Amino acid sequence: MRSDITFGQYVEGDSLIHRLDPRVKILISLVFIVVIFLARSLTAFVLLTAAAVVFVLMTKIPPRLILKAMKPLMFIIVFTAVINIFFMPGDHLIFEFHFIRIYREGIVNACLIVLRIMLLIVATSVFLTYTTTPLALTDALEQLLNPLKKLRVPVHEFSMMMTIALRFIPTLIDETRKIINAQTARGADFTTGSLIQRGRALIPILIPLFISAFRRADELATAMECRCYTGGEGRTRMNSLKSEPKDWAFFCLILALGAGVVLLNRFFPLLNVTI
Amino acid sequence: MNPIIKAENLTFSYPGDEETGPVRALDGVSFEIPEGSFTAILGHNGSGKSTLAKLLCMVNFPDSGRLWVAGREITAEDAAEEDILAARRDVGMVFQNPDNQIVATIVEEDVAFGCENLGLPPAEIRRRVDEALADVGMTEFARRQTYNLSGGQKQRVAIAGTIAMDRRCVIFDESTAMLDPVGRREVMEIIERLNRKEGVTVLLITHHMNEAALADRILVMNGGKIYLEGTPEEVFGRPEAMWAAGLDVPQTTELAYKLQKACLDVPLTLFDPASCAKAVADAVTRAKAGAGKEARR
Repeated sequence: MRSDITFGQYVEGDSLIHRLDPRVKILISLVFIVVIFLARSLTAFVLLTAAAVVFVLMTKIPPRLILKAMKPLMFIIVFTAVINIFFMPGDHLIFEFHFIRIYREGIVNACLIVLRIMLLIVATSVFLTYTTTPLALTDALEQLLNPLKKLRVPVHEFSMMMTIALRFIPTLIDETRKIINAQTARGADFTTGSLIQRGRALIPILIPLFISAFRRADELATAMECRCYTGGEGRTRMNSLKSEPKDWAFFCLILALGAGVVLLNRFFPLLNVTI
Repeated sequence: MNPIIKAENLTFSYPGDEETGPVRALDGVSFEIPEGSFTAILGHNGSGKSTLAKLLCMVNFPDSGRLWVAGREITAEDAAEEDILAARRDVGMVFQNPDNQIVATIVEEDVAFGCENLGLPPAEIRRRVDEALADVGMTEFARRQTYNLSGGQKQRVAIAGTIAMDRRCVIFDESTAMLDPVGRREVMEIIERLNRKEGVTVLLITHHMNEAALADRILVMNGGKIYLEGTPEEVFGRPEAMWAAGLDVPQTTELAYKLQKACLDVPLTLFDPASCAKAVADAVTRAKAGAGKEARR
């Protein structure tokens, strides 16, 4: 028996944040992102960092996973830092070498902006990717975007596509494994040769995989039609999402955090960041 | 009683390529499926049974002839949309490949899919889904991922999906073909129960003789035509005809046939191994007694 395959980066857990209504979680992340951009003063950043640390601890997600989430954005982090350090003009010159001039303001700004990017990553991973299954996210998005249906945006169709894609990922992974085994048994070699040769060796895997995926799609469409599927019109859901007071309490907490940030910016400005 | 499915002289051809021209898959097929019956359609590959299934689930439409499903005529592609929808509401299909008919990632959500399409209120869907899962013995799997189930369990989920829709008739298109013996037995038990207890009309398309022997009536297809028709006893009582069409008979029938050729009187139509074994034992005792009498005389 295979263990449950989890897609995306979802980390199994039973924390308060895991159990929040996914719709509220999406709203919370949006608000939290805005709050992060509102922060200007160092004091506000300290408050937000403390909050982010508390959230991470609440979810019991290993911090190493959070760091892992930052890896793909390392380039952007370093790039912004460099730009800020070298090209930010200011009053306190620290270092000068020919055309390179580094000011104190530049370094402070770089630090705070890097901190801001890291906070953004923590916010989205703690509230969305690490604590919400892709399926719950899809459902939540469908319901949040429901009003767009009036503008003829095919919200239901997109969400159905996502659900089916998620459903078929493990099936197609299995299939790929089978095809690789079958082709290996016929003498195909996927592990040696130059990059181009290896790339070419993938063709005998991809073509059967595509053909089979199309066949599956066709059969699935028939099966869905036979189960009276006619699109989103007139469809009901068995498990509609329900938000509880605790969801909105958490949402208010984030709003309070935003208010705190604004107040700290205003009354305790310290090493303010520009941009 | 009105038949739930009625076919009159159906023909259907696949386009085929230039050399062969169109390939005729169905050639004047007529039959009636009475409400509440358990009918098996037997046939080897290429006999037209899968084509027939495609017509019954309204994926393809016949070239000529007439077809009624659940009291509505679904003969041509331009049949009214609501007629097709209504027919699908009453007649469900369970397909061969369990992987390609499960839509949702979670078991209970897949069972609910059909009811959600019907637009039932959530509380009603919940009730029906729980009931259907209990019917197929999958209650404890309700929140599991469909991907991790065995083939037999996936088919049970698919059957639960049709039970939840409260259909009058379910067509099983080789639903056990991809299962191991255990899964096949589980699924067949549910199919039988569905018919005998719930009174759901069952149409079982299969090439397993033992499964067909469970039915009230068998239609044997060969070369796009109905080749034999009758109760399992009538159909399997003529093994030569079955063999001539390239089909098998249940192993018990084959054994009895060979024993009859060897002058042992064993009936052909005991499909249950235990009763067949008993009949053979009785026949042997009788033969021995007969032989003893001969010798004494």
